[in-house]
Formats: sequence, C-alpha cells, structure tokens
Amino acid sequence: MHRGKGMKFVGDSRVRENDDRHIPKDYSEYPGRTEPFWPNFLLKEWLAGAVFLVGFLCLTVAAPAPLEKMADPSTPGYIPLPDWYFLFLYQLLKYPFASGDYVVIGTVVIPGLAFGGLLLAPFLDRGPERRPTRRPVATSLMLIAIVAVFFLTWEASSHVDWETRAEQNKIVEDVEIDKESEGYQVYSDQSCMSCHGENLEGVSGPSLIGTEHSADEIKDIAKNGIGSMPAGQFEGSDEELQKLADFIAGLGEE
Amino acid sequence: MLQKIYDWIDERVDITPIWRDIADHEVPEHVNPAHHFSAFVYCFGGLTFFVTVIQILSGMFLTMYYVPDIENAWNSVFYLQQEVAHGQIVRGMHHWGASVVIVMLFLHTLRVFFQGAYKKPRELNWIVGVLLFFVMLALGLTGYLLPWDNKALFATEVTLQIAESVPFIGEDLKILLAGDPHIVGAQTLTRFFAIHVFFLPAALFVLMAVHFIMIRRQGISGPL
Repeated sequence: MHRGKGMKFVGDSRVRENDDRHIPKDYSEYPGRTEPFWPNFLLKEWLAGAVFLVGFLCLTVAAPAPLEKMADPSTPGYIPLPDWYFLFLYQLLKYPFASGDYVVIGTVVIPGLAFGGLLLAPFLDRGPERRPTRRPVATSLMLIAIVAVFFLTWEASSHVDWETRAEQNKIVEDVEIDKESEGYQVYSDQSCMSCHGENLEGVSGPSLIGTEHSADEIKDIAKNGIGSMPAGQFEGSDEELQKLADFIAGLGEE
Repeated sequence: MLQKIYDWIDERVDITPIWRDIADHEVPEHVNPAHHFSAFVYCFGGLTFFVTVIQILSGMFLTMYYVPDIENAWNSVFYLQQEVAHGQIVRGMHHWGASVVIVMLFLHTLRVFFQGAYKKPRELNWIVGVLLFFVMLALGLTGYLLPWDNKALFATEVTLQIAESVPFIGEDLKILLAGDPHIVGAQTLTRFFAIHVFFLPAALFVLMAVHFIMIRRQGISGPL
C-alpha cells in the first residue's frame, strides 16, 4: 500500500482525496474495434435479452407447467421418471454392468469419472494450445461424452409412453355427485352405468365429469353414439333425456 | 444532478473502481456479435445469468404461496396454478426456466471447453464454473420434489436410493437428505425445501460472485 507524507484522506477514512488512479485509458488505446460496455454494448445485450424473454414467455404461456395427482405412495405401478436432464444418468442404471450388484458403477464410478474429469479439465489438458484441432485428446473425449449423453437421453425417453403417462396421471377433480337428483335417476335406470361407472368416473367408457360436450351434444351422443359407443343406448322419453343431459353437462362446472 | 450525487458518494466511498469493474470497461472486438456474427457463442454465459435472475425472481414470488408441508404443498401449487392471477405464468417461468438454464449452462460450458478458455490463467474460474453447474443440477433435483405430486415423490425415492448406494457414507447421506432412514415424507419435503431455497442459493450466490470477480480481474480470453 502506498504510504507517505502529504497524503490526504477523506475525513478519517482510508479513501484518498484527489485520487486520479482510476481514470480509464481511452478506448482507442485498446487493440481492435473495442466498444464501451456501458452504455453501448449493454444496450445490445438488453435487446438480445428482450427477444429471448419474449420467446421464453411464449413457451411458458403455450405450455403450462405440468402438475400430476397429489403424491400417494400407494399408487400402483407408478414408473418413476426424473426431469429430462437427469435421464442419461437414469438410463445408465438400466444396463446390467451398472445395476444390481454393480450399481455403484452406475451411480458413483461412471458419473464420478465423467464429472470429475470435467472439473479437473484444466489440469488434465495442460498444453498451451487452445484450438480444438490442436488438442485432439480433449476434443475427442468431450465429443464422445456429448454423444453418450445424447444417446442415453434419447434411449431413456424413447422407452416412455408420454401420452399414456400424461393421461394416467391427470388430475381428476373430485365432484360431489347428487345421487338423489332426477338426472342421476335417469342415469342409473338406463344402461349408462355399466360403461361410465357408478360415479361417472369412467370404466370402459370415459369419465363424464367435466365433459367438454354441451347438453345438446350429450343428447345426441346418448341416442346416436360416438366413437366406440354404439347408437341406441338411450331408451327413455325425451323429457328424461333432457334431464340426463343437463345433469351430465352440469357436472364439474363452477 | 446525477453526476453530483455520484461525486458526493464517490468522494466518501471511492466507488469509481467498483463502477469500472461492473460497467465502465471495454468490450473486445472478437466477442462482439456486431463485428463477428459467430461471436454469439459468447452470449450463452450472459443468458445463463439472465435465466438465473428469472429463476430467483419467480422463485421468490412462488414462495409467497407455496407451503412446504405434505398436506398443503400440492394444494398450494394447485391453487397457485388455478386461482391466483398469473400464477400459472410465474410457475411456468420457474418450471421452464429450470430446463432452459441447464441448456444454456451446457452450451456455455461447451463454448469455454472447445475454445480452450479454461487454460492458464483461468483454471480456477473453470472449476468455479463446474461447481456452479453442480449446484444448478442439485437445484433442479431438489426443486423437482416440491410440488409433491406423484412424479416428484417417486423420482425422489429413486434419488434417495441412488444416494444410499454411495459406498461408506450412503446411509448417512440418505438420512441427511430424507430426514429418516425409511420414510419419504414430511421431513423429506421440508429438507428439500430448505436445501432448495436456502442452502443451494447461498452457494450459488457465492460461486457466482467469485465467477464474475475473476472474469473482471482476468478479462475475457483472447481470440483463438
């Protein structure tokens, strides 16, 4: 630290008065076409960031964050799945050389070597060369690692039936069903129950709770069928049909 | 006026060196996409930081509604998604941001690796950067449990089995994370919450500060 007689400080602090050490060099003294960070370059970064943010917000609006049913350890046959960026480690544990008795190889040894190598890269690749073509060992090891990660991730995700999975784990709203209502009487008198369940939860047919169809469409479907549901299922009066349709359309509505 | 305020503060606290480090420095030609379009690869680090800021802000707002408790965690997330104004967007930002930040980190790491920018004198900054990568992965892992849906619960059971398989310390590591040798439940959720919201962000902030101070001290690596 610079000391000496004649130095003046602000108050009794250690901040020097009339300090000109920090006057920066003129930008023209740097090589090449440099640009000041503040404010010129920051403005460009700001613009790039704004474009990125708009794209990111479009993603969040277009694809809402998923939420499955509340955690229930007794859910039968649930296949655990990590977030996509852990799929490659998860896939590794499926291979016989890295599971069962050798699971330590899959959970500790291989990831440890890979990430340890990444951490210590500057001490493993010590030469002065920076160009990737001039350090073939480092470059090829990294390329192999990238290919392996992509391959394992792809292998893991191609074994998942994403659509069935999403369907099975969808949140089903609990709707109070008034079994005394006229609509439910019609529902139980007709053959609806055998396919759509006692609580309209769906058995061989789909759940009717919160259906997207309007009352008029439901009337049509009850008579003429839809998809694998045959026509002529409903055999009551028009008045009963109206009650049934209103009952089903009213379920799950706020 | 602003200049006067600046001078008044500067005379007392000597902030000019700090200001220079943060803002008043030159951007070399080879990292400026305005001069060389291929220099966009230098954006990945900045975008990682940008998404990290999004994660911090959206996460702070999420904790205004989230309840780290097995009875209410799922319900609070459901309520946030369904009932709270823009709740779905805030949670969406945090959910997708977790993926985007990993992608950006991956690209940034590859840029630094293939350019050999980790070589002398920047070895220490590379190590700090890889540690940041680990912290970010751990944040993703712990955050996955917090909505307390089936996906979260069963994935965490697997995570804990993996932790248990570590030789010598596995058993203790599992109990440290889960709070119990057998049950994945209330203790696990609060522990993962504490790790996700306090421990790992603290580590993240320290490492990020060291990362940025070293960048400013050493400057950006030169052109290839």
